[in-house]
Amino acid sequence: MSAQLNFRNLTLGYDRHPAVHHLDGAIELGSLTAVVGPNGAGKSTLFKGVVGAIKPLAGRIERHGVLPQEIAYLPQVAEIDRSFPINVYDMVAMGLWRRAGLFGGIGRKQRDTVEAAIATVGLTGFEDRAIGTLSGGQMQRMLFARLLLQDARVIVLDEPFNAIDAKSSADLLALVQHWHHEKRTVLAALHDLDLVRANFPQALLLARAPVAWGATADVLTADNIAKARRMCEAFDEQAEACVVAEGV
Amino acid sequence: MLSHIFLEPFRDEAVRHSLVAILALALSAGPVGVFLMLRRMSLVGDAMSHAILPGVAIGFLAAGLNVFAMTFGGLTAGLLIALLAGAVSRATALQEDASFAVFLLLSLALGVVIVTINGIDVEHLMEFLFGETAAKMNADKLLVIAINTTISTIALALVYRPLTLDCVDPGFLRSVSRAGGIAHLTFLGLLVLNLISGFHALGTLLGVGIIVIPAAVARFWTRDISAMIVLAMASALLAGVAGLLFAFHAGIPSGPAVTLVAGVLYVGSILFGRIGGLIWRLFPGRHLEA
Repeated sequence: MSAQLNFRNLTLGYDRHPAVHHLDGAIELGSLTAVVGPNGAGKSTLFKGVVGAIKPLAGRIERHGVLPQEIAYLPQVAEIDRSFPINVYDMVAMGLWRRAGLFGGIGRKQRDTVEAAIATVGLTGFEDRAIGTLSGGQMQRMLFARLLLQDARVIVLDEPFNAIDAKSSADLLALVQHWHHEKRTVLAALHDLDLVRANFPQALLLARAPVAWGATADVLTADNIAKARRMCEAFDEQAEACVVAEGV
Repeated sequence: MLSHIFLEPFRDEAVRHSLVAILALALSAGPVGVFLMLRRMSLVGDAMSHAILPGVAIGFLAAGLNVFAMTFGGLTAGLLIALLAGAVSRATALQEDASFAVFLLLSLALGVVIVTINGIDVEHLMEFLFGETAAKMNADKLLVIAINTTISTIALALVYRPLTLDCVDPGFLRSVSRAGGIAHLTFLGLLVLNLISGFHALGTLLGVGIIVIPAAVARFWTRDISAMIVLAMASALLAGVAGLLFAFHAGIPSGPAVTLVAGVLYVGSILFGRIGGLIWRLFPGRHLEA
């Protein structure tokens, strides 16, 4: 198996303070990986690094033929202005950006794919609804429809099932598994360990540094989870410059 | 009687200039105002209209009552402020409103220093503030407004898609493209262009009115952005034409006349607007089946 993503001694963070420290490893092509860890473990920071929203403080990420902007990314808290006068159809159609760009028209065939994506997430009949009228679960379904249209080889989901009902999360989880069957590489940050054990073959347990990484059953042991809790120490305002040699 | 009200004014060529200018301005300022409102930047527009004043004053000092010199001065000052403030808020942690407030103050302070050192005819500046009396406009101003509004309309059409995305979901746009920053800076440039046009037609203090008020009117009638843009254009047209007639017959400056008519449309929309208007809020009717 070849790697889709390689992390090489990767350190990510803000204002020189690392949130992910010296991460080394690979995300295999077509793998379905859950990123697990306590709050503040660096999951969101790692994802922002993967999609190129923040630059590494040290080390690097190799993406093997995929540009950062070709990675489909669902952030934990989307910066969506819900009062904006736009309907569900137009919002979903944004997923065609990479093909339609600034001026490209949306033809008959692409309109069909938009309709199909809306149907796949179960929002048929909501096309003309203003986005401000959607419930939390419907909003998340709409964002998944947009992800579908992005048709990306790498998909990064930051806590995609938070605060949505069981039916919605089951439907969306089925979509994630469908992406896995299509050999897309999927990374998802999750807190529900039972859901991870049941559905995600690979897991990365993160606590600023990796605690364990590999087959889910080997990663999510009681020992590892306890270790992750201990390792997730507080941010230190007076921290010294890190002395671990570069390029190790 | 009717012809006296509606046709008589336009026998004067200067009033015809004003009419054409306000029609062009309505079509170009309406959509800019809608995006200004949707980006919650209406007050930034207000602030920017003051920021161009020092540039206009410098143009006036350099070349006297020359429309092109004042346009160039205002444009330079406005674009400089817009680009600096926009760039600073994108590149640093400072929020856009704070960034604009800072640059606006610096620009005004600089303008006052320049004006005080050189001395300026305050009466002329007063005319700039409120527009010309009785809706009479010279051909030079019309030419400047024609050029500005043409550029603005075309450029807005070019950045329409990324600008919309940058308003509704900036994070998503950033994740797929770098067009957001360009669209935003272009938009700020267009704001300045329309402020300059508004300044020539209606004076610096009230020129922003035909940008901001029609958009606020449109918001009360639709939840769809395309319809909102069309409605903003239509109410700007209505306020512009009715305001010019008002200014002509009452012998008052066109700035306050157009702004007041737009204000009447706004108050009417607050009361009767289908989306969130007071009457519909107070008497919503029986709730529906589903």
